[in-house]
Amino acid sequence: MLQIHELHKSYPIGDSSLHVLKGIDLSVEEGEMVAIMGSSGSGKSTLLNIIGMLDEADSGDYILDGLTIKDLTEKKAAVYRNKFLGFIFQSFNLINYKTALENVALPLYYQGMKRKERLELALFHLEKVGLAEWSHHLPKELSGGQKQRVAIARALAANPKLLLADEPTGALDTKTSHEIMAFIQQLNDEGKTILMVTHEEDIANMCKRIIRLRDGVIMEDTKVNQVRAEQYV
Amino acid sequence: MFDLDLWREIFQSINKNRTRSLLSGFTVAFAILLFAILFGIANGLKNTFKEAFGDDATNVIFINSGTTTRANKGLQAGRKIQFKNEDFDFIKDEFGEKVEFITGRIYRNVNASYRSEKNSYSVRAVHPDHQFLEKTKIKEGRYINQNDLNNLTKVVIIGRLVEEDLFSKTTAMGKYINLSGIPYKVVGVFTDDGGDNEERLIYMPISTAQQVYGNNDYIDQINLSYNPELNYDQALAFGNDLTRELKKRFSVATSDQRAIRIFNLAESSKRVDMMTFSLTVIILVIGFGTLVAGVVGISNIMIFIVKERTKEIGIRKALGASPRSIVSIILIESILITAIAGYVGLLVGIGVLELAGPSLEAYFIKDPGVSNSLVFGATITLIIAGGIAGYVPAKKASQIKPIVALRND
Repeated sequence: MLQIHELHKSYPIGDSSLHVLKGIDLSVEEGEMVAIMGSSGSGKSTLLNIIGMLDEADSGDYILDGLTIKDLTEKKAAVYRNKFLGFIFQSFNLINYKTALENVALPLYYQGMKRKERLELALFHLEKVGLAEWSHHLPKELSGGQKQRVAIARALAANPKLLLADEPTGALDTKTSHEIMAFIQQLNDEGKTILMVTHEEDIANMCKRIIRLRDGVIMEDTKVNQVRAEQYV
Repeated sequence: MFDLDLWREIFQSINKNRTRSLLSGFTVAFAILLFAILFGIANGLKNTFKEAFGDDATNVIFINSGTTTRANKGLQAGRKIQFKNEDFDFIKDEFGEKVEFITGRIYRNVNASYRSEKNSYSVRAVHPDHQFLEKTKIKEGRYINQNDLNNLTKVVIIGRLVEEDLFSKTTAMGKYINLSGIPYKVVGVFTDDGGDNEERLIYMPISTAQQVYGNNDYIDQINLSYNPELNYDQALAFGNDLTRELKKRFSVATSDQRAIRIFNLAESSKRVDMMTFSLTVIILVIGFGTLVAGVVGISNIMIFIVKERTKEIGIRKALGASPRSIVSIILIESILITAIAGYVGLLVGIGVLELAGPSLEAYFIKDPGVSNSLVFGATITLIIAGGIAGYVPAKKASQIKPIVALRND
């Protein structure tokens, strides 16, 4: 599904440069649910951004679903992001003047789907996250948990191969966090591959595999017994 | 090209940010409003100038004869100079290429009557070209033609007011009108923009008048228009040539100012044209300046909009928006705001001119207005201006990196 080999990334800071990723080797199989952990500055977000094609590595190989991701033009990156990846952000990142339904339909718009079709499909995904009756509400009329569920529906809309979540529960209270995690686990049960950045131990334990980063290298890569989130809900 | 969804996106964005869109449109609307009003006023001034120079062709030369003031070549001072048909033909032959229209004129005053209605009018006996020199408009029937000249027909073309005076409600066409005892057939009725006096005239063939009033071949005055392709300097030179040749022909001293007088409209129309030209240039410079200010205003606001929407653009890119679709959104939004605001400004400007126009006549501004071609040109300019205003912000937007835009604050 996803292979990374000897990945390096550094950022220029003034005259010197900050070496953020110092040779990452990583392989993720289809159907896995991986948590990437580490203290701030460990490079976990940079790794996720590179995987999400929002940023580019200086050197190393990145192969996604058999496709080498290298030297992408902006246009190509846009097409790949749309086709392969679904993003879930800590701060939801919904477009505030669009309704829940329109937000979910947006990736489908960029796929070139017809309006009627994409609104139907978006409604289907909203139903899946249990928000069908909220479809015509603006984000500001929704609670944090509802917003994140809309964001998940949006991430799923284009039927991506890989779901990338950057601190998906970072802005939510514990109860809502567990609801969202239960939902993400359910998606994983259905076969979606999920990659998640988090710094919360209990959230990480709800995944199937934990990768710990420190100073740009992988310190630890262990399979864990998944804690089911339903029991807390 | 016409992507309904793209337009939906743009209208949604404009609609959700109404105040912002209104404010950015305001500068352009105001700029165009000012421009339209200034342009209309300039047009009004031009119209006033044009009117001051009458309704006649502007490339006209009048040739009059008088009496000599100096003795020359053995001839005494005080000799009367009289143009004849041969002089008319001489000018035609000598300067054929430079002459556009030429006509002789004989003036007479007549008492005209039809049945019981009587009045006195001026008669101008002329050649057929006179119609174009005077810009006479035929309302009914026809003007004098070559056939009339050859056959000395007793026909007249009367002014609209002559018809009104003498024929009251009935039509004059085909009736016989009595001019100082001789009946003439009315073959045409004309109108003229030069005012009431010009419409109280009677035209007849010059040859008929020569036969009836003296049985000679005298001509009182010769009017001609020079070829419009001549520029001012050529037209002035032509006038001078004409004067010199005629003075030679009549053995008039070159310093004699009274015997043959030539009035060349080129001299004054050059001044008027220079004036209107510089007026147009000033207006265009001011108009262009205001438009540039408006465009800069829109561009500024669009840059601000892009800054404000950085996060949104980042989200769109993360979801698979191509740089091109981002450019389209910003660019078309800018063009749309500019074009709509500009049009509103233009319409308000035209409205103001329409309303204020009549009361401005006292200030030498007649019929201020904006031509269709200007409206068309303004549309194109606005679209281009909107494109220019939106280009930099759109480029900026397309270069936004989603990872920067999405960074948690």
